[in-house]
Amino acid sequence: MTTPLATRGRPPAGPAATGRGAALRRAVPPGLLFALPFLVLFALFMLWPLAQGVWMSLTDTSLSAHDPSFIGLDNYTEALGDAEMWRTIWHTVWFTVVSTVPLVAVALVMALLVYTGLPGQWVWRLAFFAPYLLPVGVIGLLWLWLYQPDLGLYNHLLQAAGLDGYAWLSDESIALYAIVIATLWWTVGFNFLLFLAALQAVPDHLYEAAALDGAGAWRRLWHVTLPQLRRVTGVITVLQVLASLKVFDQVYLLTKGGPNGSTRPVVEYLYDMGFTGYRLGYASAISYVFFALVVLASAVQFVALRRREK
Amino acid sequence: MTSTHVRARPARRTVSPLPAARRAHRTRPVPPRGPNLTLGPGRLSRTLALAALAVMALIWLLPMAWAVLTAFKSDQDASDPVHWILPRGGFTLDAFRTVIERGDLPLWMLNSFVIAAAVTVITVAVSALAGYAFSRTLFRGRRWLFTVVVASILVPPQMLIVPWFQQMLTLDLVDTYAAVILPQTVAPVMVFILKKHFDTIPRELEEAARIDGAGHARVFWSVMLPLSRPMLAAVSIFVFIGAWNNFLWPFVSTSDPALMTLPVGITAVKDAYGVNYAQTMASSVLAALPLVLVFVLFQRHIVKSVATTGLGGQ
Repeated sequence: MTTPLATRGRPPAGPAATGRGAALRRAVPPGLLFALPFLVLFALFMLWPLAQGVWMSLTDTSLSAHDPSFIGLDNYTEALGDAEMWRTIWHTVWFTVVSTVPLVAVALVMALLVYTGLPGQWVWRLAFFAPYLLPVGVIGLLWLWLYQPDLGLYNHLLQAAGLDGYAWLSDESIALYAIVIATLWWTVGFNFLLFLAALQAVPDHLYEAAALDGAGAWRRLWHVTLPQLRRVTGVITVLQVLASLKVFDQVYLLTKGGPNGSTRPVVEYLYDMGFTGYRLGYASAISYVFFALVVLASAVQFVALRRREK
Repeated sequence: MTSTHVRARPARRTVSPLPAARRAHRTRPVPPRGPNLTLGPGRLSRTLALAALAVMALIWLLPMAWAVLTAFKSDQDASDPVHWILPRGGFTLDAFRTVIERGDLPLWMLNSFVIAAAVTVITVAVSALAGYAFSRTLFRGRRWLFTVVVASILVPPQMLIVPWFQQMLTLDLVDTYAAVILPQTVAPVMVFILKKHFDTIPRELEEAARIDGAGHARVFWSVMLPLSRPMLAAVSIFVFIGAWNNFLWPFVSTSDPALMTLPVGITAVKDAYGVNYAQTMASSVLAALPLVLVFVLFQRHIVKSVATTGLGGQ
């Protein structure tokens, strides 16, 4: 019982512990020294910016040169009454809903199919996961070309099938869904691998027992596999929601938020306000509204996960 | 030189049971699974599953095939609305040649590599040290600090671009590698993952080293790190892919084309040179190549990396 305590205590000073090093070690607990490099970076590039963001959101800081002055909560009052901000928040939330469902469901189907152990494992993994490795700049260029109305692959295929093509990215009613499709293609492989790992962790004896009881493939799927995946499905969904709420890159590259701002997510709005509109103070206030949205979504999901586990 | 060697030995002895264990793990045959477990033995179900897989794989491979096909066409053939599959003028390497001769693509690849490598090394090093501190040492405020670090996992980096940018203006770092790299090195989730990983290493393994008088530094370096190699590899791969593909912050913090990373640069080209589909696809294929090749070569490691790191250590 004494050994764990001994290991947790201070290390005995070695023969080399003399001079300034020893003095420093006595003054600062060794644990803190280990954590220090991270804590310095953490303070500089997480805590300070968070605090500075709060301060800036209370001022009219601008990229054009004039001294910022304190304006209290004006930025927040303006944001809450800003119809365009609410519209971008709605786009973000809707994108999250519409993208999370297939990003979880399709990934699950892919993993279940690959896990059957059919030949060609290597090919399936490559096909489903490789897009995740493409830099988002490539995603932008590639899908602009695939969606090109006159020359793009998808309209060629539709026309070959005797159907009409779409103005994928310039039609307000479908642009967001076109972005969802591109996102699904790009990132589903990540969730696919998570599901695949979870499937590999399902103990074989459950299947063997089910097979002995005469359960067929479908009943094994419903009564063994899916129940075993419940927890991991919940976690993947939570992570996917949080990832989708942060959407910016592919929207910015495919439509720049258009047509007519119909796909602009809130992260792009804060980027536009800050770096095109030069209103850094207002952009900071929107950053915090965005943060509130993320925290709210996390809290709701956390409660839901907890309740399901009980 | 010799004295450190001698002193390091006791610690190494404690490690010796492990390589054997690791080897055993590696050579253990993959447990038989598959058709006999999740799928029925019937021919029909196998065929149906295979067909479904093939269709999905085809849908997923098609965009990449289309990109490659376009890249090997001349600009004129790439925008031919009638003969849209096979080029009338035959396949050509012209687009690749033009893109490479322009010279900026290799530069951006180098930038991406340097930045992603620096981010990976710094992130993994400081996170491993901090993870060890939170897992194995005692100091005042430790629990409280760890709570703050874990809570900050929720902070989306996107909300920090404005203050980061102000910070870089204040520090006069705009348009430098440091500006792109530093904010990306703060990864609270990696500290959390590594802390939980160190928690799983049995304390008995450090005991012998401690009895021989090893301090935290020695224990960390010669006991914990060697035992954590697979985990560190997994975390590194994960951080590297993230940094390699990161867009928003490199996009905000660099305006000098000489400092742009791959994702930012190839987008800027499209805006600057107008639309030439064969060339855009040639640069896309070249930009995609490094990581896809790495994946082909190290598939198992990358799959494992995602599986262990992707859920944030859950």
